Amino acid sequence: MQDRPAKLSPVKLSCRHVWKLYGPNPDRLLANGAAPSLDDIRRSNHVGAVRDVSLEVHEGEIFVIMGLSGSGKSTLVRCLSRLIEPSAGQILFNGQDLLKTSDKDMIEIRRHRMGMVFQHFALLPHLTVLQNVAFPLEIQGIDQKTREVRAREVIGLVGLTGREDYFPRQLSGGQQQRVGIARSLAVEPELWFLDEPFSALDPLIRREMQDEFLRIQQKLKKTIIFITHDFDEAIRLAGRIAIMKDGALVQVATPEELVMAPADDYVAAFTAHVPRAKVVTLGRIMTPGAAAHIAGSLPATTRVEDAADQIEASALPFGVTDDDGQVIGHVTGRAIIDVLIGRADAAANGGQSWGTP
Amino acid sequence: MTRQGSVWLGLFLASLGLALLAPRLPAWALDPPDAILLDMSGWVSAGMDWLVNRATFGLFTVKEATRGIAAMIELPYDATRIALVDGITEGRGRRATTIVPPISWIAVITAMVALGIYARNIWLGLLMGVLFAYLAVFGQWESAMVTLASIIIAVPMGVVGGLALGTAAYLSPRFNRAMSPMLDLMQTVPTFAYLVPILFLFGFGPVAALIATVIYAMPPMVRITTMALNAVPAELKEFSLMVGCTGAQRLRKVLLPTALPDLMVGVNQVIMLSLNMVIIASMIGAGGLGFDVLNALRRLDIGKGVEAGVAITVMAVALDRLSQALAKRAGVPDLRNGSWVQRHPKTTLVVAVIVITGLVGLVMPWVQTYPKEAMISTRGFWADLVKNINVNYYDQLESFKNLLLLNVLLPTKRFLLALPWPWVMALVTLAGWQLGRGRLALLCLALTAFLATTGLWEQAMTTVYLCGISVVIAAIIGIPLGILAASNATAGKVIGGFIDTLQTLPSFVYLIPVVMLFRVGDFSAMIAVVLYALAPAVRYAAHGLRSIPSELIEAGTVCGCTRWQVLRRIRLPMALPDIMLGINQTIMLALSMLVITALVGTRDLGQQVYAALATADTGAGVVAGVSVAAIAIIADRLIAAGANRARARLGMTS
Ligand SMILES: Nc1ncnc2c1ncn2[C@@H]1O[C@H](COP(=O)(O)OP(=O)(O)OP(=O)(O)O)[C@@H](O)[C@H]1O
Ligand SMILES: [Mg+2]
Repeated sequence: MQDRPAKLSPVKLSCRHVWKLYGPNPDRLLANGAAPSLDDIRRSNHVGAVRDVSLEVHEGEIFVIMGLSGSGKSTLVRCLSRLIEPSAGQILFNGQDLLKTSDKDMIEIRRHRMGMVFQHFALLPHLTVLQNVAFPLEIQGIDQKTREVRAREVIGLVGLTGREDYFPRQLSGGQQQRVGIARSLAVEPELWFLDEPFSALDPLIRREMQDEFLRIQQKLKKTIIFITHDFDEAIRLAGRIAIMKDGALVQVATPEELVMAPADDYVAAFTAHVPRAKVVTLGRIMTPGAAAHIAGSLPATTRVEDAADQIEASALPFGVTDDDGQVIGHVTGRAIIDVLIGRADAAANGGQSWGTP
Repeated sequence: MTRQGSVWLGLFLASLGLALLAPRLPAWALDPPDAILLDMSGWVSAGMDWLVNRATFGLFTVKEATRGIAAMIELPYDATRIALVDGITEGRGRRATTIVPPISWIAVITAMVALGIYARNIWLGLLMGVLFAYLAVFGQWESAMVTLASIIIAVPMGVVGGLALGTAAYLSPRFNRAMSPMLDLMQTVPTFAYLVPILFLFGFGPVAALIATVIYAMPPMVRITTMALNAVPAELKEFSLMVGCTGAQRLRKVLLPTALPDLMVGVNQVIMLSLNMVIIASMIGAGGLGFDVLNALRRLDIGKGVEAGVAITVMAVALDRLSQALAKRAGVPDLRNGSWVQRHPKTTLVVAVIVITGLVGLVMPWVQTYPKEAMISTRGFWADLVKNINVNYYDQLESFKNLLLLNVLLPTKRFLLALPWPWVMALVTLAGWQLGRGRLALLCLALTAFLATTGLWEQAMTTVYLCGISVVIAAIIGIPLGILAASNATAGKVIGGFIDTLQTLPSFVYLIPVVMLFRVGDFSAMIAVVLYALAPAVRYAAHGLRSIPSELIEAGTVCGCTRWQVLRRIRLPMALPDIMLGINQTIMLALSMLVITALVGTRDLGQQVYAALATADTGAGVVAGVSVAAIAIIADRLIAAGANRARARLGMTS
């Protein structure tokens, strides 16, 4: 997404000091708000799946969680949706503490306000596409006619019209995942969890699904928490990215900040192979102040990759505008080329090194 | 040879020495002296007596409770019998007049054909038709329908009960932990052991037989249900939570439907086990085909026995194929529309045939009941065949029998019976110590001590001898068959089919041909046991060999191993844990069969149970049954521990 994080929009979901430890006696380790170190945890034969995570996700934001295998992404998301009971911490959804919510209220919240898309689709094998998509509505007790009308609508949204009566096993992986997406959209959730939704798909279909996903999100503007392994995917989709390591958050930042200012070597290694033009925005490489003559102006949030052609082709620099349309700086074709070919001093403006590992 | 190996060789030689010395040993060493015997059967009898005559649950007595249960089962059973066998009649005995006849043979066959077509295709339908027509044409219809009626009642009870218990075990780990050892015990206690207390509680008759059948057939359903629910993908379980399913919705709409294909495998098991047990339970009044066999065996009416045995086989094959097809079909949803009749053409047809043949049958009796004149009896044929075989091959059969009997069976029996009982206890306990340390040793000691104090030591050792020899022979035949099946695809198919058929047949059936050829005695018992218990030895060996990672075999081939070397150095050692588990299963089947072989006159624990059944002596029956279970548990635990050790040594985690 091109949008900067929606800083002004209210917080949809936040969590404070969330822990999930597996092992013989997590409670003892975490008693009285203690914060055991990784060594403490390992020495006492526990696994620190999630360690002291605090974060805030804003309304309408796509928040991506990344990290190596086993770093605790799935566990964190399952804590946030309370599929797993955290060992300690607080989770606030619209300001309501989910961990103190009764089972009954939790059922209500999940029925109407949360949705999840699973890596392996989790479709019910004995139901047709239509029945699968209508399933959450059936659980809510909505009558058959209404729910089928709604189901057909979302099936149309994901481009599966005409396959309503197919069974999951008669569909390709990409189509099955569309059904999964349609199913979780059918209830119009406010908060949408996606755990590696495209990892089981081949690269071509994955790309197609990402486009589809962006198209849907443009229309529906959900608050989304998205897990992926794939940095390219994260860059395409994310407002902000959280990098996890051994259960803890290492850095939460925009893709650009991650690349330009990695918090440590782990993050740097993660972003080492990302082409800069894909993440760097005009705002970062612009020269402050207006130029005498400009060929046109572009928002500061535009990524170099998307503007390169235009700016490079023009003899004059381009103006750079902030969110309100005020010109705050300008970029030249040379600055663009510096980024594209990876000339080190191109980052001088921001005062950072390229962060090569 | 390893040190362990030499120790055991030494112990074996010592045992041999002791056995040779037996005549000079004091009497107390050979048979546990009266002083240490406990009157367990007396206690059990007294306990049962108290239970039936005096115990109460507060509001009602045990007797009333059993009566209530009996009535609940009797009602649907009677209804099914009326539909299939008796019809509605007025008056008693010979003067009874039929008001509404049972469903005609034509209608039953039509229904079976329709079921076959529904479950798979026209070919299965035709097979079902032929099999059931066989029952009519060869004069087994009425008995077969009695057996079918029992199955029709027992199977839903077993399935529903198994589903309920299995689901409860899935939902509550505590319940699961409590039930698991009970299921273990139910599977190791031989079938007959149930019969005696049930006979006592419910009296002789079809209801007692049905209850025994359900108890016997339910445990696998419980296990499969728990397993199938556990095997539902984690994502689907999370999904069911995320859409906000209540507990009941989760179970009904997500878990059970997803697990359905696996559950159907359980249903097939319940059907086959029910058939097996309904046949055995004819000893406590189930009637039907089992009773015919039993009766024929008792009177040595070979022809009739074979006829009924073939009918059981026919029925078993029909039910097995049908339920397997239904299991495969499960999960295929239907998308029919139209009116009820349009959506259910086969059901409609069957109902129509029932009504029409019922009405037409009133004027044309052959439509209602298959006419006697058109029946073909194979009784004489079988009797002649057996007579011919016995006349022409008597010498060969007899010398074969004597060869094995004199050189293998009898020496082993004499050897085992000559061993002093404290020595046997010590050996078994030592084995337990070697394989599983303290706990297993203690278990072995306790169970052998139990055997010594029941007063059934001799019978127990006879059981060990007969079972042991049968298992060794089954292994000698079965493991090479398994190896062959795993090494060659064609052989695999042939052997697989053969083993499948062996496993479909109720245990009773094996006795018939054996008794025909070898008459009653230990030898016949041994052959019947081997036939019945062969299947797992073959299956597990083949499975163990097949599941070895192919890289391992390739690694061997790359090193230049010959095929024989690959087999001996890589495949067999890797398959050893599986082979051992197969032997374990073989022992369990052999033990459960022993009680049936009591019918042919072996003097073992089975005979004790059978005698107790005849005299309704609960105490003696239960003690003998539990003794068989004790032997089974010792064998089971020792072998399982051995297999685990082999596994650990091979670096495979269990
Ligand atoms: N039920 C459990 N019991 C014990 N340890 C667990 C359990 N579930 C997860 N873990 C551990 O917690 C850690 C985090 O697991 P998690 O599944 O969240 O990782 P992940 O980041 O989603 O990995 P992947 O990218 O492979 O999906 C892992 O080390 C895992 O072994
Ligand atoms: Mg994961």
